[in-house]
Amino acid sequence: MADHIDVAQGLPANPEKATLEGKNKFLGMWVFLGGETVMFATFFGTFLGLRKGTVGGPTAEDLFSLPLVFIMTMILLTSSLTSVLGILAMKRNNFKTLRTCMLLTVLLGFGFVGFEVYEFYHYYHEGLGYTTSAFASSFYTLVGLHGCHVLFGLGWIITLLARYWNAGGVTLANAPKFYSASLYWHFIDVVWVFIFTVVYLLSVGGA
Amino acid sequence: MATATMTAKKEKSVLWDWLTTVDHKKLAILYLVAGTLFFVKAGVMALFIRIQLMIPENDFMTGQVFNELITMHGTIMLFLAVTPLIFGFMNFAIPLQIGARDVAFPFINALGFWIFFFGGLLLSVSWFFGGAPDAGWTAYVPLSTREFAGSGMDFYALGLQVSGFGTLISAINFIVTIINMRAPGMTMMRMPLFCWTGLVTSILIVFAFTPLAAGLALLMLDRIFSGQFFLPDMGGNAILWAHIFWIFGHPEVYILVLPAFGIISEVVPAFSHKRLFGYTAMVFATIVIAFLSFMVWVHHMFTIGIGPITNSVFALATMTIAVPTGIKIFNWLFTMWGGKLVFNTAMLCAASFVPTFVLGGITGVMLSMAPVDYLYHDTYFVVAHFHYIIVGGIVFGLLAGLYYWYPKMFGHKLNETLGKIMFWSLYIGFHLTFFIQHILGLIGMQRRVYTYLGGQGFDMMNLVSSIGSFVMGAAIVVLVINIVYSAYTSERITVRDPWDARTLEWSTPTPIPEYNFAQTPQVRSLDPWFYEKVHGDGTMKPAEPMGDIHMPNGSILPFMIGLGLFIWGFGMIMLNMDNPIIPPAIVIGVGFVITFGMMVLHSKEDHGYHIPVDEVKKIEKGVG
Repeated sequence: MADHIDVAQGLPANPEKATLEGKNKFLGMWVFLGGETVMFATFFGTFLGLRKGTVGGPTAEDLFSLPLVFIMTMILLTSSLTSVLGILAMKRNNFKTLRTCMLLTVLLGFGFVGFEVYEFYHYYHEGLGYTTSAFASSFYTLVGLHGCHVLFGLGWIITLLARYWNAGGVTLANAPKFYSASLYWHFIDVVWVFIFTVVYLLSVGGA
Repeated sequence: MATATMTAKKEKSVLWDWLTTVDHKKLAILYLVAGTLFFVKAGVMALFIRIQLMIPENDFMTGQVFNELITMHGTIMLFLAVTPLIFGFMNFAIPLQIGARDVAFPFINALGFWIFFFGGLLLSVSWFFGGAPDAGWTAYVPLSTREFAGSGMDFYALGLQVSGFGTLISAINFIVTIINMRAPGMTMMRMPLFCWTGLVTSILIVFAFTPLAAGLALLMLDRIFSGQFFLPDMGGNAILWAHIFWIFGHPEVYILVLPAFGIISEVVPAFSHKRLFGYTAMVFATIVIAFLSFMVWVHHMFTIGIGPITNSVFALATMTIAVPTGIKIFNWLFTMWGGKLVFNTAMLCAASFVPTFVLGGITGVMLSMAPVDYLYHDTYFVVAHFHYIIVGGIVFGLLAGLYYWYPKMFGHKLNETLGKIMFWSLYIGFHLTFFIQHILGLIGMQRRVYTYLGGQGFDMMNLVSSIGSFVMGAAIVVLVINIVYSAYTSERITVRDPWDARTLEWSTPTPIPEYNFAQTPQVRSLDPWFYEKVHGDGTMKPAEPMGDIHMPNGSILPFMIGLGLFIWGFGMIMLNMDNPIIPPAIVIGVGFVITFGMMVLHSKEDHGYHIPVDEVKKIEKGVG
């Protein structure tokens, strides 16, 4: 079928969707993210149902500090921006910029994870262990699962960068891979926006 | 099968070939074999359960063993027997029916199988490490928490987590395959109904197995890392589990039954020699059922005490499902009406499915009435109801599919005499076992209890029910005999279309070459193969010139990733063991490294290989 694309005249406008394989990856990734959305929704529901269950332990109001979470949000949003810039560069067949932008995304992602580790460490020393209360368990599970997704995304992008660092250019084979990874990265970012709102703002705002 | 094409590559041993295959037809057979083994295992458990209940105050087994058996019977039948069996048929038929050479992601297809398989294995080894799960297939908390349930529940949480992930990625694969890989002219509304139900089931899996994954993660965290999700003393909520489980659990029923509907919608037209009555309405009904399936979960929780308003809303939503299901029932009847009916085993299974399923549906509507549900709740009436759906609906559907597609899959038909013996003994045994359980339930026999006192009017009916289950067991033995007997005695099929059927899979040569279609067919109508037989010259018009055919390479990585997840899961369970011998952290680490290491290896580009056009022509001449 549409497996043979003539690239002698340069890459097509959307190299990630030019081949059937690319189209399949594109659609498959979206469906997968649909499933992930429902899974995260379940954890959000769990958190919303249990967040008042502090049984005398530390409460959200006691612990959460918006400045820290705001910095984390900004870092993750910026990492999403750099991955967009990377994909735009990919569509212009500018492999070097793609590479640099993805590297920046990885660095920012590690920055975010660092802050999250610090955050959890801090809460732990404030007396919020994983088993302290239903609030603690559901908070750590939701935010921790998001953190695991960030780590998985980092592993994914690093693998791609290592595999293609010297590839020399965007091809119809590697474009869908970078595109899927960046789609996943955006998804993680969107989930964080909801965590920021539902977990932190709602709790600190006293809702 | 398709051994000729192997000459293009270096010869592989049979075992290595099956472990590394990414061919959807071979994976279909792997799914069928694995599913059948699990089916037989869970079926034997059912026989043990019926032996225990045959007479009052029986001491054939202890209550603990009984609990383990009912839990494993339900869990295995739903997750590890019926699910792989429908996936087997979907794997085999969907690419052929839409005119594709393979699924969208052959590698993911193999990965899905092996992850499912190792997940099932993880659940099954629980018997050797402190007993099987014992909290029922619904695993309600607090019964399933660390306080009340043994290590079996750890195997339940991790085993289902792993196998569920395999199911999820296979479903994504089917969705992409059906949307992107259809042959030219195969519009959505020309797809065979089995493809439609396959698509809708896959969508249901994506949105129902993910809440299950979340719920199982909560259960696992609760049991292994002392999370506090379900204990009210610690601020948790026990009802949370019931909600999450049934948000998954109700769509799961339709995940299993919709493909069975699809098979019936293929078999009935084929053996009525008529097109499916009301195709559009059937598609519409399938989608409506799927949509409604997410809004009825609370009908499993009527007696939990959520309140009359909620119960009423969910009761009404539940009754609504009877409408699209009724549309389907009438469409099957009208398809048969006035047709040239051929009652072979496939058609017998498909036709008997209709009244049996209606009975299960009627009791479903009875159960949906919240006030009387308080009467039926947790009695054998419920057991009878869902066995009418699952055995009377799904199992007969799957058997119809087996007898229908068997010649295409294995190159010979199953023996009809043995088939009819199997059908009648299964049909009679099934009604004998389960019809009487309606009455047992209505007069008050509780389900999930390992024995009962004599002299309450239960004795005779339980005996009848147990005898019926032995007849069903005998029917399955006849099926196994039939498979072996037919393999030796049945005539080889060399024609493309032994049933005079209607859909594209029957336009391929038997045995099917590895690449399915030498030239992608041009589809001109619903039931394209029938259309060409009537309006064309009896062959599919090609949509492309003969050329080299691109094929994916086999890979051992899916097997290894499945193995890695098995080791990881087992390591997690070891955290709770009193004497794990090897430190669990090491086992977890090994599993983790294998799983992710294989993923990194997979990132290497693999462009597959080409079967040269001369080779294709030679194969086509050989099988044509």
